[in-house]
This record gives sequence, structure tokens and C-alpha cells, in this order.
Amino acid sequence: MSIPPPIAMLAELTHRCPLACPYCSNPTELLGREAELDTATWVRVFGEAAAMGVLQLHLSGGEPASRSDIVDLMQGAHDAGLYTNLITSGIGLTPRRLDALEAAGMDHIQLSLQGTNADLADWIGGYKGGFDRKMQVAAEIRDRGIPLTLNAVMHRHNLDDLERTIDMAVELGARRLEVACVQFHGWAAGNRSQLLPTREQTEAAKRIVAEAEARLRGTLAFDFVPPDYYADYPKACMGGWGSAGLNVTPDGTVLPCHAAETIPHLSFQSVRDHALSEIWYNSDAFNAYRGTDWLPDTCQSCERKRIDFGGCRCQALAIAGDAGATDPVCSKSPDHDRVLDLLCAAAEPEAPMQWRQPARTPA
Amino acid sequence: MTLAPALAPALELAPGDRPYLPRGVRVVDDRVRGGKVLLGPEKAVALDAIGDAILSRVDGKASFAEIIADLAAAYAAPEAQIAGDVQRFLVGLRARMFLAVQA
Repeated sequence: MSIPPPIAMLAELTHRCPLACPYCSNPTELLGREAELDTATWVRVFGEAAAMGVLQLHLSGGEPASRSDIVDLMQGAHDAGLYTNLITSGIGLTPRRLDALEAAGMDHIQLSLQGTNADLADWIGGYKGGFDRKMQVAAEIRDRGIPLTLNAVMHRHNLDDLERTIDMAVELGARRLEVACVQFHGWAAGNRSQLLPTREQTEAAKRIVAEAEARLRGTLAFDFVPPDYYADYPKACMGGWGSAGLNVTPDGTVLPCHAAETIPHLSFQSVRDHALSEIWYNSDAFNAYRGTDWLPDTCQSCERKRIDFGGCRCQALAIAGDAGATDPVCSKSPDHDRVLDLLCAAAEPEAPMQWRQPARTPA
Repeated sequence: MTLAPALAPALELAPGDRPYLPRGVRVVDDRVRGGKVLLGPEKAVALDAIGDAILSRVDGKASFAEIIADLAAAYAAPEAQIAGDVQRFLVGLRARMFLAVQA
């Protein structure tokens, strides 16, 4: 099997973040500042990424603006020839820093949106004043003409505001809106029963997005990630394991996706010890679920095997208890009943919402 | 009775429209895979020779009509056929907000 070079790299520069969203995709064991790669190491990794074919670099976190060297990191990424995208809550992006990031070659900002008003957004984000600050930052971004995507993370508590969310994206001058329904990894997994939208909300969301997409064609482009528990077929996680993208965590561990560290039998290498290309092409973890040879019987005989590659490995582990199983979201999965059970359980959630907790500070 | 037209605004370019790549969208050499690639917010689109030929003429100065005439001359093809292909390609980019137009 020939392995294509990666197109995109997600650099999780830090796990630190002023917000505490209960669906954060960071792992539940957060890394502290002392574990983070330094500036020079990140810049070396950006250069390695560009040399091996990465075109798109997503500078993310946590909150990437929590890094005091974010401008130097942006400059390093730009100098490596990468298309740079800052994935941010906006908190910490002062006008001066925005100017410096622009001067350092920032191509695009993806701004998260927790809710359409301060009460809802600050409750979800666990950060009072966050919504007002975000709106100020959004205006600063618009006034500078920086290309903007609004990333609206949607779940049971805000999906009913979808129409207002779309209006806000237009008002804020965004070119793109991601309607990203929560994926149940990281902190979201523990809050699944609180966050799962209802089937009615899911159907309404599909209708609203389709209508708005047609109406706003040429004004706002949409990316829609529907809640996959209601789907007939699973999403092709990362477009296929180890086929298009890679993640680098704050301490330099290289992963095929956000949640891959939840798979206990895989061990992941670090850019501290290995070249990025060596990890991509040769490591056991990246080769574990590449291609289709490893697929279980249910998938081998399926006409969609090269469309969804068996779905999400982390979801298979989380729900079916086996990272090598068919994604249980698939209606053909022998474990599909478990997804239906989870949907039933979410109708009357018993566990309270757990907000993200900061990393423990070392003694 | 005909139904009302869809609400979708028409994105077709008029002959005098001058298309351009907005800030945050550019065409670069793909040093590893070869060829040209269109980079925009969170997307990379590999360009085939035709896409490259079209976008290399999109500079914010040339009108749609001028781009068509130039391509028809360069490829010795009928303008009507070229116009259809180019229109489809540019409308697709415009719908994804990878292309803007000034009158």
C-alpha cells in the first residue's frame, strides 16, 4: 500500500485555555505548561511538516493565544510555507496581538462560538464575560478583513438557536460557518447524555442548514458535521486513519486524530525523538488502521468500505470496546444496539454536566 | 404554472465581471506532489492543468470575457465551449467563497 503524504497538521500548542467547555476535544488528562514543546521545537516541526507535504497548518489548543510565543510560532509556520489557521476562542487576542499575528503571516482565523448570547455562551464556556470579549474580537477581525470561519459547536443546549447562529455568522462577516455537532471524544464522552441532541433537533438542523446553504450561496459557505449517532453510516474519521492529517499534542506526541491516545494498545511517538516523516510513514500506530486490510468482516463485504473505512476507531473502542470493530454508529454493526441504548439513556440524563477541569499543577 | 425560482442567488459571472482570489485564497506550487494547489481556509484543492490555466488568468484585472477569449486563443477551442467550462469552474469556487468578483 502506498502511503500518501499528509495534507494537514493540527498543532495543539497547549492544553491551557480560559474556557472550560464540557465538550472539549482535549484529553481528560490535560498537560500542563511545563510539558509543552518550546518555540524552536515547534518551528522545526513546522518545517518538517512542510517538507513532507503538509499544506495546511491549524494552530490550536487549548487556546493557542495562551502561548506567549504565539506570534513567533505563527511567523515560523508562515516562513515554512504553510497556510496558517488560528483556531481560537478569541480570548487573549488583543488588537495589538492581532496586528502582530497578521504581520507574521496569519492566513485565517477559526473563531469558536459557544452560544448566541452571553447567558448561554458563558454558561457553556464556563467563563463569565467570554461572549462579550469574543464579540469584540470578532469585530476586530472583521475590521481588519482577516478571513474568518465561525465554528459553532452544537449540542442539545444550543441547537435550537441554529438559525440565529447562522445570522450571526453573516453579521460577523464570516465567509464560512462550521455547524459542528459535538463528537463524543475527550471531555464530551463523559457528558454524552447531557449533550446528545434529540432526533427532532437533528432533523431540524439538517433542514435549516440545507435551506440556509441555498439562500446564502455566495455569502456564506457551510461545513456541516451532523450528530452521527442518528446516521445510518459512520463518518470516515480523518478521511481514513493516517491518510490525510496528523495531530501533534502539546508535548510533541504525534497522533492520527484527537482521541487516538484513548486506544490503549497503541503507543505513539514524539517529535522529540523521531522525525515527523518517520512517525507518519513507519510507526506502528499510524500503520495500525491504515487502508482496508485490517477491516472486520462486516466492513470487508460492504460496498462502503472505501468510503468510510469502518468509521471512527476511537468511537468503536468507546462504544463497542474494540478499536478494531466496525464503528457502532453503522446500522450494519453488530454493536449498533449500544448506540440506540445511548440515545435512550440521553432522553433522561442522570449525570450532571462536567465542565473541563484545568491540568493539575505539579507539586 | 412555474414555481418561483430557487432563492439561491445566481453566481454566474457576467462578461464584464472581473474575478479575483480574495484574501486568504491563493494558488501555490505543491512542492511534494507536484502541480499547483489552491489553498483557502482549511481547504486544499489540487488543480488540474485546466484549473491552473483558468486561475493563472484570474488577477482582478481581466474580465470574464477577456479570460475566455485568452483561453480560446491559447487552446484553439471555440469560445462558447470554453465559456461553459470556465463558468462552471468559477461558480463552484464562488459558492465555496474561494472566488470574488468585482463589476
